[in-house]
Parts: sequence; C-alpha cells; structure tokens
Amino acid sequence: MAQRKIPFVGTVDTNPETKPFFDGCAAGKLVLPQCTATKKFIWYPRGISPFTLGPVEWKEVSGKGTIYTYSVMERANPPYVIAYVELAEGPKMMTNIVNCDPKDVKIGMAVSLTWIQTEDGGPQMPFFAPA
Amino acid sequence: MSLKGAGYIVGAWEHPTRKATDKSVTLLHAECAKGALDDAGLTKDDVDAYYCAGDAPGLGPMSMIDYMGLKVRHMDSTDVGGSSYQVAVGHALQAIATGRANVCLITLAGRPRSEGMATGTAPRAGSPAQPEMQFEYPYGPATANMYAMCAMRHMHEYGTTSEQLAWIKVAASHHAQYNPHAMLRDVVTVEDVVNSPMVASPLHRLDCCVISDGGGALIVTKPEIAKSLKRPLVKVIGVGEAAKNQAGGETELTYSAARWSGPPAWEMAGIKPSDIKYASIYDSFTITVLMQLEDLGFCEKGQGGKFVMDGNLISGVGKLPFNTDGGGLCSNHPANRGGITKIIEAVRQLRGEAHAKVQVPNCDLAIAHGTGGSLGTRHVGSTVILERE
Repeated sequence: MAQRKIPFVGTVDTNPETKPFFDGCAAGKLVLPQCTATKKFIWYPRGISPFTLGPVEWKEVSGKGTIYTYSVMERANPPYVIAYVELAEGPKMMTNIVNCDPKDVKIGMAVSLTWIQTEDGGPQMPFFAPA
Repeated sequence: MSLKGAGYIVGAWEHPTRKATDKSVTLLHAECAKGALDDAGLTKDDVDAYYCAGDAPGLGPMSMIDYMGLKVRHMDSTDVGGSSYQVAVGHALQAIATGRANVCLITLAGRPRSEGMATGTAPRAGSPAQPEMQFEYPYGPATANMYAMCAMRHMHEYGTTSEQLAWIKVAASHHAQYNPHAMLRDVVTVEDVVNSPMVASPLHRLDCCVISDGGGALIVTKPEIAKSLKRPLVKVIGVGEAAKNQAGGETELTYSAARWSGPPAWEMAGIKPSDIKYASIYDSFTITVLMQLEDLGFCEKGQGGKFVMDGNLISGVGKLPFNTDGGGLCSNHPANRGGITKIIEAVRQLRGEAHAKVQVPNCDLAIAHGTGGSLGTRHVGSTVILERE
C-alpha cells in the first residue's frame, strides 16, 4: 500500500517546551514527559503535568506497545490506519499503524516504533508497525 | 441556589433550509433569531441577553449583537462545538436566576454544505499553538475516524455489532420520512446501513450524519415572562455540562462525557431516565447515540446495542422515541453542530407540535443531550431536561 504523505503544522519551535520530544524524534528516540510526582508518562507531550500541574522530566520510552483501538480511513486515498497505541510505559498515544495490510490490524496486536518523515521540512514523527 | 425552573424555553425555531447558497452565515443567524422571537411572541427589543458559539462569524457576541441591532446586558460565547447550545441554555438559566437577564436569545447557523466542506473525512489543520495539534494532525484525525475508534473499542469490549448500530439510523429514517425539510427521507433497513460504503471502519456511510446548511434559535425567559406569553410552557428542570478528553494519556473511549453531565441534570430535575417520554440524543454518528444512551442511564453500560435494536427508538413502536425530526442522521446538522436542533425537537414534542405521525402521546418530560467536539479525543457533553408544565 502506498504510504500517505504525512503533514505537519508549525515548526518544532512553535511550542518551545516540547523541544525534548522533537530532539528525540530527530535522534530516532521516542521521548515523552513523565510527571515527576506521580511517575506517569504523559500523552500528548507538554511541559507541565496534567496530573498535578507540577514539573515533568523528559525520558525515552521503549517504543513497544499494543493497539488499544484503530480505524481504517477507507475514504482516504490511500486509506490509512489511525490508532491509539497503549505504550508499555502506560499512556495511550495517537498514531498510525503502517507497513502492514490494514485488514491484518487487530485490537491487542503488539506493535513497535518506526519513523516517517513529515512533508515540507517537518520532523520525522513516531509511527507503529506490527512487532 | 437551584436552577430548576429558573427559565422556560418560549421560542424555538429551526431554519427550513438545508442548502443556503444565496445567504451568508450571519443572515441565517439573524433569520433564526427572528423566527424564534416570532414563535415566542416577542420582539428583538425584548432581548437582553445573547448567546452564540464558534459558528457565529466575527468576534462572537460582539459581531452578532451589532449585526442584529441588539442591546444586551449579558452575553456568552462558550464554544464547545455541537453541544454549545445545551451549555448556553444552562448559562442562560444562571443569568436569569441571578437577575442578569430576562430574555435570552441563542442562535446557531452555518453552511458547510454550500461551502463544500468534507466535514467527516478531511483532517482539519488548526493553529500549531493548539496544544495537541502537532502531535495529532500528522496522523490524520478526521471526524469520522475519531468516532470510529470509539465504535471499534466498544465492539471489542461489549460485543456491539454494526447491525445494532444500524438500528439507530433505521429509527431516524422512520421519523425523517414525515419531515418535509429532512435531507434524507427514505426509510432505510439494517441491511442498507451495513451495505453502504465503509467510511472509517467500522462506520459506514449511513452511520454518519448529513452535512447541511441551516440553523436554529431558542428564546429562554424568566418564568413571569413565559407565563405572560401564549405558548405552551416548557420549563427547564435540569442542566449539566462536562468535558472529557485523553486525560494525559489515560484515554478511555467506551464512554462519553454524558456519564458526568447527566447526573447533575437528573439530580436537579428530580427524575430518572425511565420517566423520560422523548429523547433528543446527539447523532453525529450512530455510535454517538449508543454511547450517550448508556452514559445517560437509559440502559446498562455495554447494553446499548441490545437497547437500540428492533425499533426501540422508533416513535409509536419502541420504549424510547428519539430524534423524531430525523435528527442529524437524516434531517439536519447545521454548521456541523446538532445541539440546537435537539432542543428544538424536544420543545416541539413537549408542546405537542411534532408531526402527528411521530408525536409522543402525553409528552411531558424530555431530554436533549449534546456532544460537541470529538468523542475520540476531547469533547463536551451537555444535558438539558425539560418539562411541559
């Protein structure tokens, strides 16, 4: 299946405090904020904990997870699989499932991290494929 | 202070258009305002409070108050998508109860159909300063696939089927056949729905609402004014609002904010779901209806599929007549926002002014619930409970 072109809005500097996430992307590492007090990892990335309004520490996560839910966007050309992946570290992140036949995607399937370059000079972003 | 009975809906008007190539959005708003005022037997000079949301062009109330020549002492532009108008009713009640308003006007209008908007299937780029935008937009979140992910998970956890979801569209179509303004008036079957093209799995084309132009308006007044008018008395006895989202990554997609907006509304009204004679339930997609019915307590969590089967939502057939105008699924979803039409049809039912073929006998208690935003990311649920006095 042809790969959809991946759009990006703004630049990696638009929200300055999310720099560790995008630095991670550039290095091929998935780096997420972790709430310092509760130790919970946070999706989507932000510079303050939604659990406490306290500080976060940016840490690399394993890039392993399972599919919590998904949908195949059949009306798009090419179709694509949007999903929430539940990371081994806890949070569920929005992503696409790639490098597979959409018909093979199932809830609970083990997936692992891969990277795709976004259009127009945007960063490479994290995607997932069957493990 | 309880808000129960602080306000009455005395005017409710839905624009008959479904395609308005010859009118601006502001004109549609103003026509809806005039329609609701005429319905109430009031004039624009009686209005002292105005409420609108993100569909109003310009800078919210400031622009619309100017355009319509209003003079108000209270205004609100809380924008939570399609449920903004249920929220506005609650906020109007607060203003009336605290002496800040007597006659509250709420308007909605839009023309996504004329503008050729692919409402459900095209991801919309927002400002990159919108905090989630850079972390979601690359993955193609449109409206349909966000609701579809909720349906997929609901099916996984509870065994809900496409055929069960289809019954919701079937019921809406049974009602829409009597609405001359409805976009889709053909009665459809479960097979029609599940055999329609897949949009975003597991949602088919007929699981989705229409894309229509149009609008609507409501007038909420204090009791003394309501009782001086010639219209049947429709009292607001319960309101509730709540926001639900990804919760920092602890996302759960099998329930909606109705789980939290419903209880304060039920408690304020002093009634329970089994007392309701008619239900307007936001129907952007079939799954939206099913989850809200569960979350509002009309059935147990996970039993929504069984609840909606076999015509249980069809007026005159089932136990819970819903969306008797055909709803967003068949009649109208103006500005991609279905909240106000939900309240308008509930008012018609309570007044006994619904179409004779779908009018619920002795309809004295109704609910109008909205879900605005995206069920799969962040949304606001808002509940209004109404009583015919």
